[in-house]
Amino acid sequence: MLAYILRRVLSAIPILVGVNLITFTLFFVVNTPEDMARMQLGAKRVTPEAIEQWKAERGYDRPLLWNAGAEGTRRLTDTIFFEKSAKLFAFDFGNADDGRSIGHEIRARMWPSLALAVPSFLVGLAVYVSAALALAFFRATYLDFWGVVVCVAMMSVSTLFYIIGGQFLVSKLWSLVPISGYQPGLDSAKFLLLPVAIALAAGFGEGVRLYRTFFLEEIGKDYVRTARAKGLAETAVLFRHVLKNGSIPILTGVVAAIPKLFLGSLLAESFFGIPGLGSYTIDAIQAQDFAVVRAMVFLGSVLTIVGYLLADISYTLVDPRVRFE
Amino acid sequence: MTPVVLWTDAAVWALAAAGLGYLLHVRRHEHLAAPWRRVLRSPSAVASLIVLAAFAGVGLLDSIHYRPRLEGADARGGRVYAVEVRSALDALLAPLKARTERTYSAPLATRSFARETVELPDGGVTREFPRLRHGGAHLADESQHAADVVATALQGLALAFLGWAALVAVATAGLARRHALSAGAMWRLIARRWTGVPWIAVYLTVLVLALVSAPTALLAANYHVLGTDKVGQDVLYLSLKSIRTALVIGTLTTLVMLPPAVLLGIMAGYFKGWIDDLIQYLYTTINSIPGVLLIAAAVLIMQVYIDTHSELFPTTAQRADFRLLLLCVILGLTTWTGLARLLRAESLKLRELEFIQAAHAFGVPHGRVITRHILPNVMHIVLIALVMDFSGLVLAEAVLSYVGVGVDPSMISFGTMINAARLEMAREPMVWWALAAAFGFMFVLVLAANLFADAVRDAFDPRVRVGAALARGAGV
Repeated sequence: MLAYILRRVLSAIPILVGVNLITFTLFFVVNTPEDMARMQLGAKRVTPEAIEQWKAERGYDRPLLWNAGAEGTRRLTDTIFFEKSAKLFAFDFGNADDGRSIGHEIRARMWPSLALAVPSFLVGLAVYVSAALALAFFRATYLDFWGVVVCVAMMSVSTLFYIIGGQFLVSKLWSLVPISGYQPGLDSAKFLLLPVAIALAAGFGEGVRLYRTFFLEEIGKDYVRTARAKGLAETAVLFRHVLKNGSIPILTGVVAAIPKLFLGSLLAESFFGIPGLGSYTIDAIQAQDFAVVRAMVFLGSVLTIVGYLLADISYTLVDPRVRFE
Repeated sequence: MTPVVLWTDAAVWALAAAGLGYLLHVRRHEHLAAPWRRVLRSPSAVASLIVLAAFAGVGLLDSIHYRPRLEGADARGGRVYAVEVRSALDALLAPLKARTERTYSAPLATRSFARETVELPDGGVTREFPRLRHGGAHLADESQHAADVVATALQGLALAFLGWAALVAVATAGLARRHALSAGAMWRLIARRWTGVPWIAVYLTVLVLALVSAPTALLAANYHVLGTDKVGQDVLYLSLKSIRTALVIGTLTTLVMLPPAVLLGIMAGYFKGWIDDLIQYLYTTINSIPGVLLIAAAVLIMQVYIDTHSELFPTTAQRADFRLLLLCVILGLTTWTGLARLLRAESLKLRELEFIQAAHAFGVPHGRVITRHILPNVMHIVLIALVMDFSGLVLAEAVLSYVGVGVDPSMISFGTMINAARLEMAREPMVWWALAAAFGFMFVLVLAANLFADAVRDAFDPRVRVGAALARGAGV
């Protein structure tokens, strides 16, 4: 088991290197720092001095890969690649355009993101699994049919409308919760209630429908027929056999998503003014702060890879048929 | 006028031609036509197909671009053309496009939504809701407003119903003739749903479409049916123009995605060994970058490129169009991994089957084995992925445009409409119509796409059919 985990961790390294190379190519090779400076400084007739100063402030005035003017190992380390890309491996993200440390921002903004993402995730999982199990219980009835119709209809509505509609109804018309904002601690509950409910509604159609197919697939199997043949009640069949086995594909999907909870939600955070990583990313994209976007891409990839890793490990734990090869 | 072929126009028409070619190909091959016939047996599928066809019609009309000729001539006596690029849809909706108001106005309103200072004939000033320049301008007496709207709507409904009845009669007669039945007998078959294709669903969908579009068209002649936006543009016009953008994103992206997904997916599964390792490494790497972030990064970089190479794009339309095309390319290059993974798994299975082994034994080269034996046997997966991705991409456009990495701000799309309208909900009284229009059009389009995709998947995926049969068998 340990050897298996170690091997999987080691296999993640070349993938991270690949991610790093892709972001480096995207940010520094497709466009030169020169182009970025011109875009940021706006005007067409910007002086070369201004561009040079912009580059020097951000450390983009070094050569890309090989610094022929330096001595010894500085030839490799005093370059954009080493300073901006290789250092990401040590989670050294550098500074944003406004001069603040990105690493510090990430550590501070992680908590509001988690405060929104973790409840959404847990409540969502419980509700979707229960609803899917109910539809599977009433399969091939009108309830099941109309349940699926509602799911498909809910899937066809953009998340943006759930957010805008929810804010309008609950906050503006009924004045139940504040329309946006955030406070740390227990006070955060009133700010988080609506975003969590909206996240629940926005994912409902897709989640319930997917889990329903998992359960229906299990219901069609021989061991379920055996369970019924030996006289088990339908509820016992459903809860003791179908739920357990149907949870395996659900579990692996869910475990893979856990690390990404840190990243928060782009839309909900920016609409509700929650100072998490999602709104940080959106602000950076809109302000074209390349350093922050680069850091978030790398961080997001690391978390995704960790998620895959956890999913693989959990799979071997819950399904004894999978061997560590 | 002089025709202008934008990049996306060429791609859209090429795609339409390819679709037509596929249709003709399917008609000639029974084994390909059979699953499609299963699709057409589902009422929800034919209904959504008709709705999608209506949307596609609007999108295709909006993909014929030209620059209108201007009066006069240039220095050498040659013709001069406007800088503005228009489409056939613009020409059709010319009155709608031209009749702009000063600012917001509610659907079917005759007066503006905002108070303005108006000078009275006797020299004084007053603040009031002024009459609109175009909305209800034909009414001499404003008190007839409600009566006029109702009369026009009823006229439209009656017209739609009559037209629909005539169409149904002709279609039923045609069907009766094809099956060598009397029209009455055919009608009874249809009403009892004994026909293969659910014609009842077809007729009802056409009826609903007609009942919605005919009154809208008649009312649009004199009113702003869905109101006007902040700068006084007709919201109905904006909604119709948004359709093309949504369709282009939904279809071109899959077109971009197909070559790498099919080629690399099949190669990985078929050749195995180091080729498989390399391709798996490639798609695992791309897959581990969160989608939105990768798209955002790529679009930011694209923006820098467009900004620093502005000399390449003579008109705004061309710049916006190039950006739309690149957005499709970026979306395609970030989403091919899912399909490639499915195709790899399927090819891994196929390559061990006897008929492939036999082909190897006969010395058939790899290229021919792939094109003749593997490719036709994975096409159902490709097709399912194609239709399943469409609705997600239409929804993604709106989100990406909100984030600021979507289409060009000057391009009319559902995303830009929602983005412009989302702050209007906070106004007092509220401006709801632009948002409602975007919601309605998007919901109908995506719902139709989802229902159609489900039917296609059910008909083409052998696993689903077996699974569904098992579930049915066990369920009773």
